Amino acid sequence: MAGSNPNAKPMNLTLNVWRQPNRQAQGKIVEYHVKDISPDMSFLEMLDVLNEDLLHAGQDPVAFDHDCREGICGSCDLFINGRSHGPEKGTTTCQLHMRKFSDGDTITIEPWRATAFPVNKDLSVDRSAFDRIIQAGGYVSVNTGGAPDGNEIPIPKDISDRAFEAATCIGCGACVAACKNASAMLFVSAKVSQLALLPQGQVERKTRVENMVAQMDKEGFGACTNIGSCAAECPVGISLENIAILNREFLAAKAASNNLA
Amino acid sequence: MLLDSKIPEGPLAEKWEKHKFNVKLVNPANKRKYDVIVVGTGLAGGAAAASLAELGYNVKAFTYHDSPRRAHSIAAQGGINAAKNYQNDGDSVFRLFYDTIKGGDYRAREANVYRLAQVSVNIIDQCVAQGVPFAREYGGLLANRSFGGAQVSRTFYARGQTGQQLLLGAYSALSRQIAYGKVKMYTRSEMLDVVIIDGQARGIVTRNLVTGEIETHAAHAVVLATGGYGNVFYLSTNAKYCNVTAAWRAHKKGAFFANPCFTQIHPTCIPVSGDYQSKLTLMSESLRNDGRVWVPKTVEMAERVRKGQIKPQEIAEDDRDYFLERKYPAFGNLVPRDVASRNAKMMCDEGRGVGSTGLAVYLDFSEIIKRTGADAVSQKYGNLFAMYEKITDEDPYQMPMRIYPAVHYTMGGLWVDYNLQTTVPGLYATGECNFSDHGANRLGASALMQGLADGYFVIPYTIGDYLAQTPPKPVSTDHPAFAESKAYVQARTEQLLAIKGNRTPDQFHKALGHIMWEYCGMARTAEGLKYAKTEIQKLRQEFWSDVKVVGNGEEMNQALEKAGRVADFLELGELMVDDALNRNESCGGHFREEYQTPEGEALRDDENYAYVAAWEYQGDNQPEKLNKEELTFENVKLTQRSYK
Amino acid sequence: MSWITKTLTSSIGRKIIMAATGLFLCTFLVVHLIGNLQLFKHDGGAAFNTYSHFMGTNPIIRTIEWGLVLGFGFHIYEAFALTRRNKAARGAQGYVSNHSEQNSEWTSRNMGILGTIILIFLLVHLYNFFWRARFAGDLPRMGGDNLETRDYDNLYMAVVSSFHHLWYVLLYVAAQISLGYHLWHGFRSGFQTLGLNHRKYTPLIKSVGYIFAVVVSAGFAAMPLYFYLFTNDQGELAANVPTFIHTVASAF
Repeated sequence: MAGSNPNAKPMNLTLNVWRQPNRQAQGKIVEYHVKDISPDMSFLEMLDVLNEDLLHAGQDPVAFDHDCREGICGSCDLFINGRSHGPEKGTTTCQLHMRKFSDGDTITIEPWRATAFPVNKDLSVDRSAFDRIIQAGGYVSVNTGGAPDGNEIPIPKDISDRAFEAATCIGCGACVAACKNASAMLFVSAKVSQLALLPQGQVERKTRVENMVAQMDKEGFGACTNIGSCAAECPVGISLENIAILNREFLAAKAASNNLA
Repeated sequence: MLLDSKIPEGPLAEKWEKHKFNVKLVNPANKRKYDVIVVGTGLAGGAAAASLAELGYNVKAFTYHDSPRRAHSIAAQGGINAAKNYQNDGDSVFRLFYDTIKGGDYRAREANVYRLAQVSVNIIDQCVAQGVPFAREYGGLLANRSFGGAQVSRTFYARGQTGQQLLLGAYSALSRQIAYGKVKMYTRSEMLDVVIIDGQARGIVTRNLVTGEIETHAAHAVVLATGGYGNVFYLSTNAKYCNVTAAWRAHKKGAFFANPCFTQIHPTCIPVSGDYQSKLTLMSESLRNDGRVWVPKTVEMAERVRKGQIKPQEIAEDDRDYFLERKYPAFGNLVPRDVASRNAKMMCDEGRGVGSTGLAVYLDFSEIIKRTGADAVSQKYGNLFAMYEKITDEDPYQMPMRIYPAVHYTMGGLWVDYNLQTTVPGLYATGECNFSDHGANRLGASALMQGLADGYFVIPYTIGDYLAQTPPKPVSTDHPAFAESKAYVQARTEQLLAIKGNRTPDQFHKALGHIMWEYCGMARTAEGLKYAKTEIQKLRQEFWSDVKVVGNGEEMNQALEKAGRVADFLELGELMVDDALNRNESCGGHFREEYQTPEGEALRDDENYAYVAAWEYQGDNQPEKLNKEELTFENVKLTQRSYK
Repeated sequence: MSWITKTLTSSIGRKIIMAATGLFLCTFLVVHLIGNLQLFKHDGGAAFNTYSHFMGTNPIIRTIEWGLVLGFGFHIYEAFALTRRNKAARGAQGYVSNHSEQNSEWTSRNMGILGTIILIFLLVHLYNFFWRARFAGDLPRMGGDNLETRDYDNLYMAVVSSFHHLWYVLLYVAAQISLGYHLWHGFRSGFQTLGLNHRKYTPLIKSVGYIFAVVVSAGFAAMPLYFYLFTNDQGELAANVPTFIHTVASAF
C-alpha cells in the first residue's frame, strides 16, 4: 500500500556498513544485503529492516543515533555514499527516502569522521564537543525571572528573520562531517551570528565569540578554508554568510575587547 | 490514601501569589547544600535544571540523548500560548484559563490551569530575553497566530519551529549553568529506578548507554521531566526514544499515575503508508488556519479517488464536503483537536476517506494560494510543505495534503499536587510527564507553555518548600536502598538478556501498538477494552518468555534499551485500558462509543466522573487501586462543550 | 602567550593571516603584471630593462620588497600550519567513500596542491631572474648608446632566451593555470575570511575575483607563449606569424 507512487517496485540493496564495537576497537566495513525495500521507506526505516534481520539471525544490530525522525532533533548523522545525510539536498538522514535510490544499488554508510567526534559504536559518534562550545558562551546570560516585557525592545523583522535563520541549526554535525578540514565553523558561526544580530546578544557579544572560538579550537576541529561543503550539506540551509560574520565578530572582538588573556 | 492536591485557599486569581508567599524558603547560603536531580532536559527539565541552578542548588541533570538539545520538545511546530493580549482582541489570563479548562473538557484542576495562564506571560518575556527569535511584525513587535480551540490570537511562534527555538533557549540557559559548574550534565544516561529512603525520593539509578554501566546518584529531591508515553501506540508523532520507563518506575515505587487513558490524537498527521512505518509525522495545527478540511461528498466519489481514477483537484466544489465548516460554523476548521480527529475518523468510517488506504482526509490550500499567492503561503508554511513533499512525494501547492489523526500527546501522567509533587515526597513531575493542566484534551500550543511554566516558574518555588523542611546534610549513595535498586536494575537487564527468544522488541512493540490503537485509540468500547486487556496480558507473558536481545549489558546495546522500554509499555498499556474502562463517559480525547450525544459528540458524566483517576501500584500482576481526586469547579460553569 | 599571539595562532587568526597576505599578494600580482607587459613593447627590451632596473634599485621599492618576502613567507607558513591542523582534525580514519566533488568546487579543496605548484614555480622563477639579477650578477648588460642605460642588466634578453626553452614555458604555463585556480577560490575566500561580506556586495566581489583570476593568469601565461611561439631568439616577431599578432603587438 504505497503512499504516493503505486508503481514503485520494492528494491534489493547491498549495504556497506561501518562496524566498530566501541571507541577503542578497530572498525571495518561489513557488507549486508536487504530485500524488498519499499521506495516510500525512510532511510532509517530501511536500517530498521536490516537490524530486525540481524537480530533474528542472532547478530548484533547496527548502532546508530536517531530520534525524532522529522529532521529537527539533529540526532541522525550518517555519511551515506560519501555525503553527509546522503545525496538529497537540505535533508537529514531520517527524511531521506529510499525513492532516491534504485534497485541493486550499493550504499556505503559511515559515521561522521572527526577527531572531535569519536565513534561510540558502529555509526554512533560522540558530539559532546558541540555542547561544550555552546557552554563556552552560546547564550545570553539572563536568569529566570525579571525579564522585561517581550515587546520592550522592537527588533526589525529582517534582523529577526536573519537571526531565526541562523538559529535553526539542529547541531547534527553534518557540516563537520562534510568539511575537508572537519571544521565546526558553520555550527559556531550560526550561534554567534544569531546572538550578534539580536539586541539581547550585544552585552556579551565580544566575550562570546572569543570564548566560543577558543573552545572550538580546543576541541580539535579544523580551520575553515571557505570550501563551502558545510553549507551545501547543511540539512537546514545555514548560510556560509554566517562564517564571514563569525570572522568579522572575532576580529572585532579581539581588536577591541578588554580581555588581555 | 486521601489525595491532597494542596490547592491554596482564596480566590482563584490570588492563589498563586499567596502560595508563593506562604511557601518556605531556603536561604541563599543554604541552597548550595542541596542537591537536586532533574531527569530529562526538554522544555520542562531543561528549564527546571537551569532555573534551580541559577538559584544556587546543585543540580544533576540526566538525558538519554547525546545532548540535552535533542529532547522531543524540539519537534513542536506551531507555537506557544500566552495571555499577553498584544493583539487587542480581548484576551486575558482568565480567558486563557477558561479556554484551557473548556478545551480539556472540564477534567483539569482549576487552580493549576489558572496559574499556568498567569505565568504564560512571563514565559514569553523570559524567552525573548534569552534571544529566542520569535516571529515579528514589520514594526518590530511580536507577532501572533490563532490556534484551535480559541477565538483570539495568542500563539507566539517561530515559523514552524517554535519548539526548537524554545528548547534551544532552555538549552542555552542550561549550558550556561553547566559552564558555571552548577549543573552536572549526564548525557546518554537512562534513568531506570527511583531510590526511596524513609518514604522520600533520594536518588536514581541510571544506565550509561555507551558503557552499559549501572550508576547510582543521590540527591535531596528528584524532578522527573521525562515526557509523555504516546509511544505505547508504537506509531505516534513522538520521537522514537520517547518512553514511559522513568515515570513507570516512579509509579512502581509509589507515585500514582493519573488519567492514563487521556491520550491526544492529533488530527493533522501524514497518513501511514506501509507496515514498515516507524513513526508518524505531524503537520502543525497552524495549517488549519488556512487549510480547509474536506472529503468527497459521496462514497462513490471517494471510491474513485482511492482507485486513482480522479484527482482531488478535479473534484468540483459541489462534490466536496467541508465537514468541519459544515458541522461547526463558529469554529470551522479550528475546532479542538479531539473534535477534528473524531470527525475525520467518522468520515473514513463512512467510507468517504481518501488515499490508497481510505484512511485520510484532505487538507486543502488551493483557496489561500489563489487568494494570497504561493509565495505568501510558502512564507508561512514553507518548511511544513517541504517536509510533506519529502515524505509523500506529493506537492501540496498542487494537490491537497492527505492527513489523518495520530497519537500525539498524553494528558495523563504522574499525579501531582499543586506543588507538582507526586505522591512520593521529594519526587516531582513536570511537563508532559505529569497530568495536571490539560484535562482530557490539550489545546494546541499549550504543551510548550506548560513545560516552560513548570520548569521556569513553578518548580523553582515549590521545590524550595520541600527542601526547606529537609535537613541539608549530604545524601550518600552508600545507603542500602541504592544497592537494592541497583541490584533490581541489574537483575532486570540480565533477565531480558537471558530469555533469548524469537521475537524482537520491535515486534512486541508493534503488536502492543496495534492493540492500543484498535481498542484504546480514538473510539473505545467496554467490550473492546476488555478484549484488549486480555490481549495485552497475553502479549506481556509472551514477551517475558520470547523476547530476543543479543549482546550483553556492558556495551552500547540499543536492542536492550528498547526491550526495557517495551516491557514497561506492556504494563502501562493495561493500566490505560483499565482507566478507559473505568471512565464510563466520553470527554476530550477519551471517547467511549456508548456515551455520545445524538449528534455524535462526547457525552460527559460530570456527576460521576468529574474526578482525577489516580492509580496506585499494588505489585506485579496485581490490579491497581483507584484513588479519586474530586474536581471542583468554582469559577467556570460545566457545560456541554460546543464549538458550533 | 599574549593576546596577540593567541589571536594569530587561533584557527581564525591563522586564516586571517592567510587572507590578508593573500590579498596583499594579489596587489603584487597586479603591479608585476602591469610592469611585465612592457615585454611586449617592441623596443628591444629598453623599456622593460629600465623598469626592472628601477624596481631593483629604488629604495622605496626595495623596502616594499621586504613586505613581499614576509607576505609570501607567512602565506606559505600558515598554509602548512593550517594543513597540518586540518588533517589532524579529520583523524587517522578517514572516509572509505567521500564524494566531496558533489558539494564543493575542486579548486576550493585543492588550494594546497595548487599552492605547492606555484611555490615550485616561484623558486625556479626567482632563481632564474631575481637571483641572477640581484645577487649572481651574471646577466648581460644592455649596452647601446644611452649612457644612462648602457650598464643596466639586460633582463629582457634573459627572459627571451628562457622563454625559448620548452620545459620552462611548460612550467610557466602550468604554474599560471594553478595560479588562476588558486585565485579563483582565493580572491573571494580572502574577503570571506576577513569578514568582508555583505548581501549586496559579495556577489560583486565574487565576479571580480573570477575576472581577476582569469586576467592575471592569462596575462602572465601569455608572455612565455608569445615569445616561444611568435618571436626569434632576439625577441623580434618572426616573419611567419599571423598579421593580427603583429597588430596586437604593435598596439603596446
